[in-house]
Amino acid sequence: MKVLVALKRVADPDNANKIKIPPAGDTIDTAGLEWKMNPFDEYALEAALRLTENGKAPKSRIGEVVVVTLAPKEAETTLRAALATGADRAIRIDASDDKLDGRLVALALKSVVDAEKPDLVLMGKQAVDGDSNQVGQRLAELLDWPMATFAATLREESEKSLLVGREVDGGVLTLRLGLPAVVTVDLRIVAPKSVYSRHTEAGFVYGDGVRFAPLPAIMAAKKKPLDVKALADVAGGAALTTQYRKFERPPQRKAGIKVKDVAELVDKLADEAKAL
Amino acid sequence: MADALVVAELGEDGKPKKATLSALSFAKAALPALGGSLAILVLGDKTADAAAELARYGASKVVTCEDPAFKNYTAEQFAPTVAAVAKGYGLVVATATSQGKDLMPRVAARLDAAFAGDCSGVSVEGGAIVYKRPMFAGNAFGSCTLSTPIQVATARQSEFSAAEPAGGSSPVESVAKAPVGEAAARVQFVGLDSVKSERPELTDAKVVVSGGRALKERFKEVLEPLADALGAAIGASRAAVDAGYAPGDYQVGQTGKIVAPALYLAIGISGAIQHIAGMKGSKVIVAINKDAEAPIFQIADYGLVADLFQAVPALVAELNKRRA
Repeated sequence: MKVLVALKRVADPDNANKIKIPPAGDTIDTAGLEWKMNPFDEYALEAALRLTENGKAPKSRIGEVVVVTLAPKEAETTLRAALATGADRAIRIDASDDKLDGRLVALALKSVVDAEKPDLVLMGKQAVDGDSNQVGQRLAELLDWPMATFAATLREESEKSLLVGREVDGGVLTLRLGLPAVVTVDLRIVAPKSVYSRHTEAGFVYGDGVRFAPLPAIMAAKKKPLDVKALADVAGGAALTTQYRKFERPPQRKAGIKVKDVAELVDKLADEAKAL
Repeated sequence: MADALVVAELGEDGKPKKATLSALSFAKAALPALGGSLAILVLGDKTADAAAELARYGASKVVTCEDPAFKNYTAEQFAPTVAAVAKGYGLVVATATSQGKDLMPRVAARLDAAFAGDCSGVSVEGGAIVYKRPMFAGNAFGSCTLSTPIQVATARQSEFSAAEPAGGSSPVESVAKAPVGEAAARVQFVGLDSVKSERPELTDAKVVVSGGRALKERFKEVLEPLADALGAAIGASRAAVDAGYAPGDYQVGQTGKIVAPALYLAIGISGAIQHIAGMKGSKVIVAINKDAEAPIFQIADYGLVADLFQAVPALVAELNKRRA
């Protein structure tokens, strides 16, 4: 199986409360923040690796994983990190976030898919900076491919069929997708028994979470192919159609009071808050 | 001048989900920018009941499309018809349920339209619709405009109150299902493993009782009597879900469900940023935690520093005593 993983580098979401908004409110200042791979994309990469290896001996790779991003040159660090964990090749489409929106990213990815012809495109359900949650769905539509969003489990049934468990409002919804397809992943795709390829030994259990690259792999990743393309070549000069005008902080809640016991709590809820 | 189209979502009973009424409120707020009127689109294998119900909300019309292929939702079946009906409209909006989030970007791509997802606010400035969206895991709001002839959006249910019936009865017209593409032939609905519950839906409940990892294997045993006493839905922190103490669809937080009930009780939840992003819109927040330094106390209206295994049963007893 050939898997294309679309990933994005984001300002470290764990530092999100350190993001600064200048008084004019016309931008988000990410200066000084650490950059890292969008966690949902990291999970997508882990899922792609699990789908293209023998789960008993993870070193024997079966298939190919290509990673792609739309970002400035500095993001090549993120691509090299993906190559170090096991991806085979990387593609960077040269672009900066302020020149992109979900529509443009999907258009650009479509032309990468047309050229690469993967069996499956995997990506996170959303990037934790824009929280837009649209690129996977848009890409699937542009390709006229089936899709599954918010995937929590993946099971390769045959060369042409994937069983996907999706986390939806009322429970878990299962879809069978004929490949090629687009899948966006949710948190629990990296649980120990979430992903099974046709080659995974029955009963094989992964470690929880994503894998880390050993040092030799980090060194070897420096020699793996990394192609750079111009945005205009893959998005055909399409214009930006989303304009951000203003950013602001959410209103902060203030700490209330501490109550001494449950009787006082119920009193306060009933009499003061009128919440009972 | 242009009109707005609200895409309704039906429950298994064929009735419109209450979530749909939030998208209606969103569309009404955006209408002054469009200058037109509002229509509602209903897709389903049976649409008569839903159309009759939605005809009470003052829309210029209710458009229905009935087809057996709409019995179980898939975006590949729904998107072509939604997009076909949406042509000529200025705004197409649904509520950001898991269905709305799945469907609407696909519809937008089909229309080559820009999309604003999970909007917490909408306003009209200088004749344009301004979409306000949570970003950076709830640490910032961004306000944007979209510059395509058709604009597509989803509304965050907890931020838009349910529209009220407006009296009268909208005319109902039916349309034929649009042809589907290759994608529809390659997707098969296998089943929904739904969590049947007598409790209110988490995103719609007036009271939510949420538990953290501190509850361990006693998650249900401790929280259910409290939820029963309050008529509450049960939620969980990501830590509790990851540890396997609560099912995935209980998760409240930026990456789970966003809730804004009248009363939210956080039991044994420390208050990670991503959890707080999912519940800080609640009217009154109560925290019970034995760690007095837990960040949850910084946003709670009422905090009780106590061992939850003693405090929660005592709270249940107190509530039941006062009800009696």
